[in-house]
Amino acid sequence: MESRRLFAIGLAVGSLLGIGLYARRGRRSSERIDLYFADGSLTSLDAAGWEAARLVAQARDVLRATRQ
Amino acid sequence: MTDGKSALAELTEISAQIEAAVVFGADGEVVASTLPGPRAKQVAASARALFEEASRAATGELTHLEAATDDGSLFIVREGDLLIAASTGAEPTAGLVFYDLKACLRKAAEKPKARAKPKPKAAAKPKAKSTRPKSSGKP
Repeated sequence: MESRRLFAIGLAVGSLLGIGLYARRGRRSSERIDLYFADGSLTSLDAAGWEAARLVAQARDVLRATRQ
Repeated sequence: MTDGKSALAELTEISAQIEAAVVFGADGEVVASTLPGPRAKQVAASARALFEEASRAATGELTHLEAATDDGSLFIVREGDLLIAASTGAEPTAGLVFYDLKACLRKAAEKPKARAKPKPKAAAKPKAKSTRPKSSGKP
């Protein structure tokens, strides 16, 4: 009886933890730079990279200027 | 070139996603904008710098750019000597926005058609008077 209760509690805690982690993953920033070339190719730079982060910061400045 | 303003007006009318847009030349000169003068210049200069820097960061001829941020997205499209920079809200439909921006650039680059001269009006013909006598009702 006791082991069943412990199993149920463990399952509930595990589920809550899983939901929390999933929600956190969904909230992660999707900042990126997509570059499209004349030959039809596409390069996507994640904002985590140094170069893309700089470009995203520049883009944020431009966006701010359009909304002033 | 056709009136860039009318191309932009059409763009903002057909695309609900676009908040602001500036059409500018490769030299940074503003052709048309939905923003007031000084801000349009600032946006054109910054967008041009961003596009050039992104071109340097990758190999190949860059034609489109989308910078997605948490606050919204910035799109830059180049076609020939003209560029357009446009801002949207977060998570826009990129394909549609690019399509509308390209169409706008093409319209802005179009050469105006020569207006057809109006044809001279033909002299009005005098109405032919009826020579038939009015019937008096009697046979």
